[in-house]
Amino acid sequence: MHVPDGFFNAPTSVATGAVAAVGVGVALRKARAELDDRTAPMAGLVAAFIFAGQMINFPVGAGTSGHLLGGALAAVLVGPWTGALCISVVLLVQALFMADGGLTALGTNITLMALVGGFVGYGVFRLVLLVLPRKVTSVPVAAAVGALVSVPAAATAFTLLFALGGTADVATGKVLAAMVGWHVVIGIGEAIVTGLVVSAVLTSRPDLVRGARGLASNRAPLITKETSA
Amino acid sequence: MGAGHGHRLHFHGHSPVHRAPAHLKILALLAFVLVVVATPREWYLAYAGYLAVLVVVIGVSRVPFLYLLPRMVIEVPFLVFAALIPFVAEGPRVDVPLVGGWELSLSESGLVAAWGLAAKGTLGVLASLTLAATTEPSAVLRGLQRLHLPELLVQIMGFMVRYLDVVSADLGRMITAMRSRGVDPRSPRHWPALARTLGALFVRSYERGERVHLAMLARGYDGTLPDHASPGVHR
Repeated sequence: MHVPDGFFNAPTSVATGAVAAVGVGVALRKARAELDDRTAPMAGLVAAFIFAGQMINFPVGAGTSGHLLGGALAAVLVGPWTGALCISVVLLVQALFMADGGLTALGTNITLMALVGGFVGYGVFRLVLLVLPRKVTSVPVAAAVGALVSVPAAATAFTLLFALGGTADVATGKVLAAMVGWHVVIGIGEAIVTGLVVSAVLTSRPDLVRGARGLASNRAPLITKETSA
Repeated sequence: MGAGHGHRLHFHGHSPVHRAPAHLKILALLAFVLVVVATPREWYLAYAGYLAVLVVVIGVSRVPFLYLLPRMVIEVPFLVFAALIPFVAEGPRVDVPLVGGWELSLSESGLVAAWGLAAKGTLGVLASLTLAATTEPSAVLRGLQRLHLPELLVQIMGFMVRYLDVVSADLGRMITAMRSRGVDPRSPRHWPALARTLGALFVRSYERGERVHLAMLARGYDGTLPDHASPGVHR
């Protein structure tokens, strides 16, 4: 669900727009350092993958459904900067080509979902990896915890913006309780799917999971029921 | 990939709105939504004026309202959110009598806030839809280029738009295959199967990106894309 036009006042929209512009600018540089001249096609295809993944809805209870946000997933799979860049491109394309998310709210959406969601998710992922045993099987678990935290973190940042530049006179405590409560539920779904997807990619192409670099060599030879049969 | 890559929102036409340069349309849209967002929500007449401007532009573009209307459902979640605000907002309350002697206690400031959200959100969605309906995706990308969005960012957006339908169709075929084997992708019981599908989709997309990159190198890619609008000219 994207923030539309008019949800936050003009100064907040301009301020988050500036934050997003700086964030995307840095992400462009860092992604170029990671991917070199492969940046354009690789980031474009990863963005298309995230967009497609977001189309799958899963029920979160009470008759409503959520969908994968993908911030933490992208950060673990392709690295935090390229991941944030891809999520930003998804939001840009949705705002400009699909009228999903307001143009004035684009900065807010990028700040919340790409920057806060992606980097909180990746930070937690790294921290959990430090605690868990240095095994490749720890990676999906850490990715799931990162995803679990990233969604309520973005909701908390949303509430902070709402307290600063919201256009409705609703007590901040109420907004925080509703937003974080709801997004913890969404975060659980996000965590399970993120962990399972990372685990699936690790099984077939461990070299493509950037968050598992340095761990992939520790894994046992790939013997599945199919290959040993 | 012989399939058409028509745009989901684009409505083919030759009106002045369709022909207007994309970069001017993007600037106009940005200026319009900025003005709408900055307008105090008590200036009810101004909002009528904004709507009139949009109606005139849409009329000139000859995109049918019935084409745009169903595509506005994208903002429904936020209209629901706006509708809840009068119930939870602070400040003095008004009692709205309902049939059967019931009364609704609503917050006055909440009602005004809900109106503001709904009006601004709806104008924004309608204006964005008008841009998307009257401008080819490639024209939007060229417009962004003229507006000096970083070249690399425009290229990434271009690749995403180009391969969006390819990747979505890839996923669609995988989901069809899952369903035909009795898997319900929505059910949490089948999330492991869904996740393996998404994992495979990621690997496929990533490898497609690598192939695209090699194909570009084979055709002399040097960091900038050729401008197909003016053949033979490399920027």
